[in-house]
Amino acid sequence: MKTSKNAAAAAVSAIMLSGLVSAASAGEFDGVTVNILTRPGYVIAGPLKERGQVFEKETGAKIVVSEVPYAEIFPKILNDWTTKTNSIDVGVFAAGWGVELDAAGLLEDLDPYIAKDKKIDTADIAPYFREFGQKVGGKTKLIMVDGDFQMVYYRTDVLQKAGLQPPKTWQEYIEVASKIHGQDMNGDGQGDYGSCIFKKRNGQSYFAIQTIAAPLVQTKGTAQGFHFDNATMKPIVNNEAWKKAFEIYKETGKYGPPEELNMDIGDTRAVFKSGRCGLLIEWGDPGTLQLDNDAAKIKNLMYAVSAVGSKEVLDRKTGKLVAVTKESAPNSIDGVNYAPFAAFGGWAGAINKNADPKKKAAAYAFLSYMNQAAQSNVDVTLGPTGYNPYRLSQLKSTDLWVKAGMTKELAANYIGAINAALNNPNMASDMKIPGAQQYTGVVLDTELARYLSGEITVDQALKNIEEGWEKITEDFGRKEQISSQKLALGL
Amino acid sequence: MSNSNYFQPGTSPVGFKRLRSDHLNEWLDRHSRTFFIAPALVLLLAFAIFPTFYSIIFALSRVKFTANGLRFRFVWFDNFFAQFSGNEQAHFLGRLTNISVLGWVFFAAVTAATLYWLYKSFRNGASVVGLIGRFISAAMAISIAFLFSATLLSGNPWGTLMTTLFYVFVGCTVQFFIGTMLALLCSQPISGKNFFRVLFFIPLMITPLGVGYAFKMVLDITKGPLQPLWDAIGLQNWAWSTDAWTARWFVILGDSWQWIPFIFIAMLAALENVSRDQVEAAEVDGASNLMIFQEITWPQIMPVAMTILLIRMVEAFKIVDLPNIMTSGGPGIATESITLHSYFLWRANDMGSSSAVAYLLLILTVVVCASFFNYIVLGQFKKTK
Repeated sequence: MKTSKNAAAAAVSAIMLSGLVSAASAGEFDGVTVNILTRPGYVIAGPLKERGQVFEKETGAKIVVSEVPYAEIFPKILNDWTTKTNSIDVGVFAAGWGVELDAAGLLEDLDPYIAKDKKIDTADIAPYFREFGQKVGGKTKLIMVDGDFQMVYYRTDVLQKAGLQPPKTWQEYIEVASKIHGQDMNGDGQGDYGSCIFKKRNGQSYFAIQTIAAPLVQTKGTAQGFHFDNATMKPIVNNEAWKKAFEIYKETGKYGPPEELNMDIGDTRAVFKSGRCGLLIEWGDPGTLQLDNDAAKIKNLMYAVSAVGSKEVLDRKTGKLVAVTKESAPNSIDGVNYAPFAAFGGWAGAINKNADPKKKAAAYAFLSYMNQAAQSNVDVTLGPTGYNPYRLSQLKSTDLWVKAGMTKELAANYIGAINAALNNPNMASDMKIPGAQQYTGVVLDTELARYLSGEITVDQALKNIEEGWEKITEDFGRKEQISSQKLALGL
Repeated sequence: MSNSNYFQPGTSPVGFKRLRSDHLNEWLDRHSRTFFIAPALVLLLAFAIFPTFYSIIFALSRVKFTANGLRFRFVWFDNFFAQFSGNEQAHFLGRLTNISVLGWVFFAAVTAATLYWLYKSFRNGASVVGLIGRFISAAMAISIAFLFSATLLSGNPWGTLMTTLFYVFVGCTVQFFIGTMLALLCSQPISGKNFFRVLFFIPLMITPLGVGYAFKMVLDITKGPLQPLWDAIGLQNWAWSTDAWTARWFVILGDSWQWIPFIFIAMLAALENVSRDQVEAAEVDGASNLMIFQEITWPQIMPVAMTILLIRMVEAFKIVDLPNIMTSGGPGIATESITLHSYFLWRANDMGSSSAVAYLLLILTVVVCASFFNYIVLGQFKKTK
């Protein structure tokens, strides 16, 4: 891992030396310090620091990156900005969190900056990330540095050996996992796991369950959503579709590592990199992480499918599951409804509206610099950065990826899966309304964890989630939440 | 210097008009105690007591973050009631349905015993304040007995309150027993005892976060250092962290590893102050080691032991680091303490509920620890006198 980080740093440095800083002119921000808050570790924060040093040389702006645990990023930024402490100028966080911060009037409108910026080339940013990730209420409030949605990965060698095809539905996912579970997948003589999913409470387990639920619930395009009735904000969670998603999710545990309930994403990554996982739900990272030196056993073997779907979908009137037809699921393909889930939405930078104008200008220039193709088209090909593709130029040809170390076949599969997801009109959007963290990160996550541990039944879990979500909606104000939901889904 | 110009400070010789500065000095003298204490008191109020009371405003409100700062909506005790009803009841108290016969029997027995104790206190002429205190303690004991009956004795899952009490009572008992045994061992004339004293004390120096991560790594059955051991004994597919009870016990294991040294060092100090003359006299009289411990050693170390146990209990109520790092409160909410519960709510920006839960913990800690002090520690003190 250390070697791969060093390699990533070297690659980033090489590009830096070529003098590609171009969002601002030399010395323009002398004496200005931009304080950025983001997650800990090299992932996400590392490239910000490294590129920040070059940016300082070129523009005079000092980039200071502070790191806090993932779960504390949002409360810290919210506290800092609402109390006008203003010790943070830029937050780099989940694109979806922007809605709540913007509703509190805390985000700088970036459209005027973009209008004067000749380098950012927003047309090259994939429409989903440009329109849903960067914009809130039609105005650009964030700049992406990463593009995120979840996909399913499979070990092509293991499936080929077993004569199996990659799963198209969640039922097939279970079948494939059950058939390959216990096989030795890394040649160490030990039986390995059919499926690996990070199921630890207070980790990111609540994203994976939504990846399973999305194709069962959302059928009519991104704007339909799959958490609420958009007109009333009544939760659409206590029904057969979510019930089935919960049951499938629990069943995957039969074919996972014994400690799966206590594994976060760092744990599952360590396990799949050691070659012990046949299938996994993940973001774009495994595509490049398998190129790391410590992942030699799976190099060029981890293929992706853009989404796993369902042959049954929710009838929202009755709460029951019905077979997929062109009426019930207009976007379905060969009788399967797909809804790739834009979990997390990607890491994006937002600027504190109350920061000093000079700082805001320097902050924008730096975020633009990180976002520009010259930098990001390198960063997204390096596994340790944690950055995944979000620009069209990154997904046009396999060249970038072959240069990063992928075989042409893997590169074609990888960008093919991403393109398929991004072009899917039924892409499922992550929750982007005020209180999103409470709805999903607390209520959904807690009840899911209680169900997985056997504390409560699936029916109790769904009822609790419905009650919990209603309470949060009442707290934030139903009318306000309806408006936010419409903005978030582009209605 | 003539006598007429001389007078004692604070006095006014006859015939001389007192100066304004004399009055000021006198006034300052009279209030000197206040002026000495005031700075410390102001600081204490500013940095400790004021935030405590300010958090009551949070506990009684729903708090919204806006561009103009925090917006409070006063909801009275809604945040508190929410922990005892609906969805949150199971989280805080546990599931309280389908109470078993054994549960009802136990609850009835505890209630009867507590009421009898209250009656006896009344008959013995306890003061009004004493009776109020006993009434509060009895109410808490009956409530805890009900939770115990409705959850553990009825096969229902626990909430964070019972999990916290488990860490406090079971954890402190284990730690006290082992810490005292180690102290007894090291108070004996054995070779290398100074080495063991230092060795046993080291875990207390380590930050709880470090202990949490260390135990998480050591106990990782798939890639931890003990993995060959798990394999060798056939437990490679057994995950302690996915079973509620083993997870709780492993949290106690980590907590005990850290806190046994605290008991150990305090008890060792107490044991070394036990009068050797009395022990030697008892030995000459042929008393057994057990008798010596019961009749001479324990009565002398008991006040320290009870005080140490009380301090440890207060600390144990606040346990947060280990369950957060080792299991993140899971599986489900099996290892989530009340402090962790409050922290998770704070992290989700639910400041009102977070403060309410923190106050509930404060009430629980104060009542349990004050009851322990009044009825057990003081009771033991009286016995030894």
